Amino acid sequence: MKNAWKLALAVLIALTLAACQTAPKAKPATPETAPEPPKTDVDTSAAPNPHDYADARNFDNPESLLSKRVIYFDFDKSTVRPEYRGIVSAHAAYAKAHGSARVTLEGHADERGTREYNLGLGERRGNAVDALMAAQGASSNQLTVVSYGEERPVCRVSDEECWSLNRRVEIVYTAK
Amino acid sequence: MMVIRNVKKLLFIFIAALSFQTAQAQLEIEIISGNASALPIAIVPMAWQANDPAPATRVDEIISGDLYRSGLFDPMDVGDMAEKPTDGEAIRFGNWRLLKVDYIVVGQVRTPPDGDGYELIYQLFDVHTQEMLLSRITTVGPGDLRFGAHRVADSIYEALTGVPGAFSTRIAYITATGLGNDQRYELVVADADGFGPQSIVGSPEPLLSPAWSPDGRHLAYVSFEQGNSAIYMQDVSTGARELISSGKGINGAPSFSPDGKRMALTLSRTGNPEINVRDMATGRTNQVTQHWSIDTEPVWSPDGRYIYFTSDRGGRPQIYRVSPEGGNPQRVTLEGDYNARASISPDGRRIAVAQGRGNEYRIAVWDIETERFTVLTPGTLDESPSFAPNGSMILYATREGSRGVLSAVSADGNVRQRLILSEGDVREPAWSPVIR
Repeated sequence: MKNAWKLALAVLIALTLAACQTAPKAKPATPETAPEPPKTDVDTSAAPNPHDYADARNFDNPESLLSKRVIYFDFDKSTVRPEYRGIVSAHAAYAKAHGSARVTLEGHADERGTREYNLGLGERRGNAVDALMAAQGASSNQLTVVSYGEERPVCRVSDEECWSLNRRVEIVYTAK
Repeated sequence: MMVIRNVKKLLFIFIAALSFQTAQAQLEIEIISGNASALPIAIVPMAWQANDPAPATRVDEIISGDLYRSGLFDPMDVGDMAEKPTDGEAIRFGNWRLLKVDYIVVGQVRTPPDGDGYELIYQLFDVHTQEMLLSRITTVGPGDLRFGAHRVADSIYEALTGVPGAFSTRIAYITATGLGNDQRYELVVADADGFGPQSIVGSPEPLLSPAWSPDGRHLAYVSFEQGNSAIYMQDVSTGARELISSGKGINGAPSFSPDGKRMALTLSRTGNPEINVRDMATGRTNQVTQHWSIDTEPVWSPDGRYIYFTSDRGGRPQIYRVSPEGGNPQRVTLEGDYNARASISPDGRRIAVAQGRGNEYRIAVWDIETERFTVLTPGTLDESPSFAPNGSMILYATREGSRGVLSAVSADGNVRQRLILSEGDVREPAWSPVIR
């Protein structure tokens, strides 16, 4: 209940702020002054193009592949499935465009099998994403693979649905 | 017949008593399935003649508990004893024969002449022949009365089975409690009966793969406290610890050589996991395997000639062995889809593994000579087998619902027991060597 009120209040504040910001823009633009060329990333007025993977705003844009940061794998496999290639490519493109970006690829396994073998499996998955990103222009010094094996599950039920969520590589930006 | 016999046993839950060390949840040990041919034995309460007051848990209870949990003995309830002799001369063997007892232990606990600690003076008799099989004095320091009782149980076990007991040893294991950001990992050391668990290191980041040094003084383990796997070695009694390896990639699966001078470990600094051997004195590390597959979970043969390890170089994980000096690995396990995480029996003849078939993982033992597997456990996610130092039992990790618990199974699969912790996940047991 308390949270619902907080949410309502937050929405109200957000709407008010939005109204204040949009008001000046309602003025007709004067045709004499040529618009300054946009300084790429800092253009906050227009919605980001979801396919522009160099645009950091797409990290929070659900329309963009850049907002997706988990790659899932088949049991005892480390092949990046075709449906996840696009996500990896998006992050490779971002890393290529931003030399200062640093990415940790956290490899994970499900609970089946032994812990140290699963450390190896998690690393192999991390390496698969690492190789794909490097092939698409990310530089090797931007990428670090860390395997957690089966030690960091997101789900703790012993069934395939849960296991499939745990077999993953998380793309974690330590610098954007 | 076995079922009826075990009803009483099922009701009897041995609780590793006295929780004066309340910092850590106590392990309870319960027999799941017993042995029909367990030897009836009477451990008569010992006369307490020491200077300090008698402890709440009697020495005979500790001895009976040890022998009972081995599955090979059926100790008599003290309440069923018509008389309680405390030395050999006072035993009226005919009465004990009527009670269908095969063996009887009597004794006293005294303060030694130098005034420190305890002397456990005891004799073991065959009730039928009236022969004295054992007459011993076990001396321990102050605070070590439980250890003394375990030593007595070790001697009785050896006298009657021909195999040294392993009751005076310890176990190490990992516990995980809490969820998400409140997750907490502990490396715990307890007596082999679950008594006196003490956390020797705790971390919000994963801890795994504890391994004892052959003298039982150190534990090596893997910790993620620095954000990646790293191997540490810690003195169990002082807590002093040393960073062994924290290179790029995996630093995992430490295993001490039988002489304690070297350590096998898994490193992936070359890009994928390989078995390495580190000289503990110089710190120099040699790579032993070289293959694109996952090579990990090294353990030494008791004679130090081989390192057994898990590799998926043939497609799926299997056990291989290689000389610690390197060379061509040979495949060892020849049956099954998934065999990993070897523990070698003290005589070097058997290899316990986690064996996977579909979604089921069980503890199986591979006989090196006959090249056959025996599956020992019924579980669905059983892993981390660890042989007792006398080869009699295998401790392993299993699941109850969604929580991890420890179990032990006799090497022949007949006796199983459960070690229950009051909360959280328990995993990765490692049985200590015999501590002298």
